[in-house]
Amino acid sequence: MRRFEPQIQGWLLLLPAAVLLVAFTHYPAVATVWHSFFSTARGGRAAQFIGLDNYRDMMDDPVFWQALRNNAVFALGTIPVSIALALLMALWVNGRILGRGMLRLAFFTPTVLPMIAVANIWLFFYTPGYGLIDQLGSLFGLPEHNWLGNRDTVLGCLIVVTVWKEAGFFMIFYLAALQQISPVLGEAAAVEGAGRWYFFRRVTFPLLMPTTLFVLVNAVINSFRLVDHVVAMTKGGPDNASALLLYYIYDVGFRFWDTGYAAALTVVLLVILAVLALGQFLILERRVHYQ
Amino acid sequence: MRILKTLGAAGCGAALLVASAVSARAVELSFYYPVAVGGPITKIIDSMVADFEKADPGITIKAIYSGTYQETITKALTALKSGEPPHVAVILSTDMFTLIDEDAILPFDELATGPEGKKWLNAFYPAFMANSRTGGKTWGIPFQRSTVVQYWNKEAFKEAGLDPEKPPKTWDEMVAFGKKLTKRDANGHVTQWGLQIPTSGFPYWLFQALATENGAILMNEAGTEVHFDDPKVIGALQFLVDLSKKDGIMPAGITEWGTTPEDFFQRKIAMMWTTTGNLTNVKAKAPFPFGVAQLPAHARPGSPTGGGNFYIFKKTTPEQRQAALKFVEFMTSPERAAEWGIKTGYVAVRPDAWETPAMKEYVASFPAAAVARDQLASAVAEFSTHENQRVTKALNDGLQAALTGTKTPAQAMKDAQREADRILRPYRH
Repeated sequence: MRRFEPQIQGWLLLLPAAVLLVAFTHYPAVATVWHSFFSTARGGRAAQFIGLDNYRDMMDDPVFWQALRNNAVFALGTIPVSIALALLMALWVNGRILGRGMLRLAFFTPTVLPMIAVANIWLFFYTPGYGLIDQLGSLFGLPEHNWLGNRDTVLGCLIVVTVWKEAGFFMIFYLAALQQISPVLGEAAAVEGAGRWYFFRRVTFPLLMPTTLFVLVNAVINSFRLVDHVVAMTKGGPDNASALLLYYIYDVGFRFWDTGYAAALTVVLLVILAVLALGQFLILERRVHYQ
Repeated sequence: MRILKTLGAAGCGAALLVASAVSARAVELSFYYPVAVGGPITKIIDSMVADFEKADPGITIKAIYSGTYQETITKALTALKSGEPPHVAVILSTDMFTLIDEDAILPFDELATGPEGKKWLNAFYPAFMANSRTGGKTWGIPFQRSTVVQYWNKEAFKEAGLDPEKPPKTWDEMVAFGKKLTKRDANGHVTQWGLQIPTSGFPYWLFQALATENGAILMNEAGTEVHFDDPKVIGALQFLVDLSKKDGIMPAGITEWGTTPEDFFQRKIAMMWTTTGNLTNVKAKAPFPFGVAQLPAHARPGSPTGGGNFYIFKKTTPEQRQAALKFVEFMTSPERAAEWGIKTGYVAVRPDAWETPAMKEYVASFPAAAVARDQLASAVAEFSTHENQRVTKALNDGLQAALTGTKTPAQAMKDAQREADRILRPYRH
């Protein structure tokens, strides 16, 4: 009995977290998979087991493919740019410059604002005619532009908003990591006569890899998770040109109340995220050096 | 320990007493309502609810502002699925089929019985009841109802050499006026557009006006058939697309519903189509004299009705149902309907509301208020089917695809028809 005591104690310590995790993450995930094999119950008709029919419908659903494509473009547009920008800003405000505190604050402000507020601010920027961007443009004689009402520009507009919002957040992680790097390394490099770019490429950047991995995982998740601005700015329009996968799931689940199909869509989203996260950890982990 | 127990017991006793006192005194009703137009709507609702509670102290109303129409039905159905729907709600008249299919609401015929009740159910404009009845039952009571009207800037008309008192009466006139009203600067950039028919969010509504005027009917009464690929519907869409593409009198792409009144105030557009529900807002904010008129006609005049109905939810006790009925009767009484119409611009929903002294005085001082009412004669039921949200999305997507130039109007409407048929097939038996 005595032998098991530390075991029991350990499990007891884990219990509260485990209960929450199971109740709010694992059980819903498994239930979603289960529900995705059923039709949607409506009024009098109960849900029926329909096997893979929901998934078959998905294959024929042009809006699903459009949302998936949009999401891929959105991810490719936001992730590299926001990470690069974050690193650039962190390097800048890590140096000794005048007004450093203010600059850091300015870069971080977008993160503090709720996404809905951000979306509404940008909604005004993009307003055709008297929005900020068109007013600036008109100073240079540019015509007014219907940024969010045009299929070709709407997704780009959402990407810009997201990068603006995310870069400051990622900057904080890079800034913290940069301050962990021992100044001794810099001094040694200076003695050896290494240039700034060389030092960054061979010393700073490799030492930042754990942070980069962390930020990358977050950025990928966010690119599939953030849809507040879609709701506030475009509702997925025009003609689904700005529909992201999660927004489409919301539409199907809570506007059309087709919960069975929404569950199937959610499973696809889960699989995508799981594969991406696994890939990142398995492949990038090897190239990351933890100190 | 003993002290704690005593305290606990006393606390429970007190709570029980309070609870029983409340239930003996009052029926409490939760009431969801949306806000879809500009102006201080929540304050108006709160004051009307307070008046009701004063008139009927036995009933307490918990008025909950629930966002847009879209958010309101989402919240109501989510609450329904979790077992606690609101008792009363104002939801789009077009969501009637959805609410019936979800088995969420009660027909009013079961509550308003007897000759008095029958009389009340027939007190409203038939044009509004078209979206409130199906299968011989009345499921909704009209409350914040509207039609589409055109607003025009009289100053801009004068500048363009048009008679400021004469709005366009036909499509041809509208295009001709629009061309005169569209102003360009030296670089050829437009500084004032002739017309704006907003196409964001729910373009189907304003489009239904065009389709109706072109002589088309979009759906059947049972809500199981749509006619998107009717040549007249395609013709109406072609006309809408051409307003910016060929005639150059309307901004291209998707124009925002929410900022259209602002565009009008800023003189970026000389004529706009929007709900009469915006009337009081425009009256307060337009910095120039403006006019309101019925929509221009083509094959026929016409506009869909729009807006929200009162619904009573099924998950209620008999006392709550009676209380809810009293509340709905109060809110739609002639005096209240008149007050609501005057304060917002929505169409007072029954003819006798227009006979009240307050309304007569208002119309005498502001004749524009009666335009939407007069348009009811040619109004049609707003587009509504089973699985309304989904079928409407098919139509909206098709419209936006044509407006942004990714599909021809004919192709867009054929695709929308196919999608709608797929969704509606299970409801046709």
